[in-house]
Amino acid sequence: MESVASPEKIIPRKTPLNALHRRLGAKMVNFGGWDMPVEYPANGGLVAEHKAVRSGVGVFDVSHMGDICLHTKQRPGGALQAVQHLTMNDASKLAIGQAQYSAMLYPQGTFVDDVIVHRLGEDDYLLVINAGTREKDINWVRTNTASFDCVVEDLSDSFTQLAIQGPRAVDVLRKLTDVSLDSIKNYWFTHGTACGLRNILIARTGYTGEDGFEIYIPSDASTSESVWNQVIDAGREFGILPCGLGARNTLRLEAKMALYEHEISDTINVWEAGLNRYCKLDKGDFVGRSELAKLREQSLSRTLVGLEMVERGIARDGYRCLSETGEAIGYITSGSPSPTLGKNIALAYVPPAMSNLGTTICVEVRSQKCKAQVVATPFYKRIRKAIAS
Amino acid sequence: MSYPTQFRYTKDHEWIDAKGDAATVGITDYAQHELGDVVFVELPAVGTALITGKTFGSVESVKAVSEIYAPANGEVTEANSTLQNKPELINTDPHVTGWLVKIKLSNPAELNSLMDAAAYEAFIEEKKKEASA
Repeated sequence: MESVASPEKIIPRKTPLNALHRRLGAKMVNFGGWDMPVEYPANGGLVAEHKAVRSGVGVFDVSHMGDICLHTKQRPGGALQAVQHLTMNDASKLAIGQAQYSAMLYPQGTFVDDVIVHRLGEDDYLLVINAGTREKDINWVRTNTASFDCVVEDLSDSFTQLAIQGPRAVDVLRKLTDVSLDSIKNYWFTHGTACGLRNILIARTGYTGEDGFEIYIPSDASTSESVWNQVIDAGREFGILPCGLGARNTLRLEAKMALYEHEISDTINVWEAGLNRYCKLDKGDFVGRSELAKLREQSLSRTLVGLEMVERGIARDGYRCLSETGEAIGYITSGSPSPTLGKNIALAYVPPAMSNLGTTICVEVRSQKCKAQVVATPFYKRIRKAIAS
Repeated sequence: MSYPTQFRYTKDHEWIDAKGDAATVGITDYAQHELGDVVFVELPAVGTALITGKTFGSVESVKAVSEIYAPANGEVTEANSTLQNKPELINTDPHVTGWLVKIKLSNPAELNSLMDAAAYEAFIEEKKKEASA
């Protein structure tokens, strides 16, 4: 067979808002094969964006996320059976209009990807997946549901997804929709008219540890830009800022939300990642279940902990963790200065014996050994307002 | 922000301002823009020998670590200790109060091989074009 080996330049993919980000002067990076804004320096940059989300509101273009729909083909319940087989949380508990954090696993109990499962209808589910794992995920879903009574549809390119996040997100969105937002609880969603568009999926979800919404709109550039601009205009009185992946990362880190290839990956299992409460071994069989049941009986070799730097130095992704005597004991999965706390924080895999609160762990920051301490996580937890009834 | 004409510049975006064999070193306005909000600076102790092109410290933003490279051979005579508590000076005033180290040059003639302000500005224009391509 003949093969043509041409040096092909891999051009990163663009969301429908790419031109708008560039007009706003965003600093762009390649993230999981996508050309994405990391921060908008003209509006104050990463730290200002982070703080806007914690105290007011920010808007993120997260259209790089993928969307996979599963529909029952014939017999009622077919799609549910497929979702139950594919994911570790118990999707049978979902009401229509409800979503849950979950994950797709390999047979060895490690991660294909983490997902949010939405129950759209009696026999319709939407899985929202990560950008960098789109192709792998869609192939995985198709392969593993082939024997089920369901149809799989990749709708990733059909939606522009905006995340409006922060304590004032509800006030911004209220100006743009007649949907009763107060009746949408955390991790629930509805369909309604928003920004002049009918039948828009509005979910009270996010990746910031703050209250907020994610809306899914048609992916053509003019609709996408129009909605973005309506959100910015509606948010002006609340100090809304466009936010990039930089703030998205520091916000999710403070809230200890997992990032694929960092806290979770195809070599890290559910128990190590500490995601036990999203994994329901008793719901019936699913991919990864039997191995996880076995592992449950064994002791862990490593566990995810939160660290706060005690000595001057910033722990970064991939840095080694050492014992006080200098022996390698683990590694940093994510590390950064925390804009909210004003401290340098990190997540790390270390042996369980080193995971007690207050344990001193050293982080190898380039050539230096910097002391850190195991602290409680999440690093940041929002104070939830009681909803007046 | 304009690039002072008495400075010389490296391709790694350091500036150096020399009077005889006494010089001050910092990172350029372009570099601080690329880096974003600076939150941490690591500088060498007085007496440390700098070797042209070798790293002698680092500047960190929330997002990234950036190594700083010596624009010339020399010995550190002072490190800017103000940056320990006010690293943001690198963002707000990179060419003046945000300086990093003062050094005693081994060979001041070495600076002739670096870019002047006009050449550096042309250099970063190219960089900006590449980034927006």
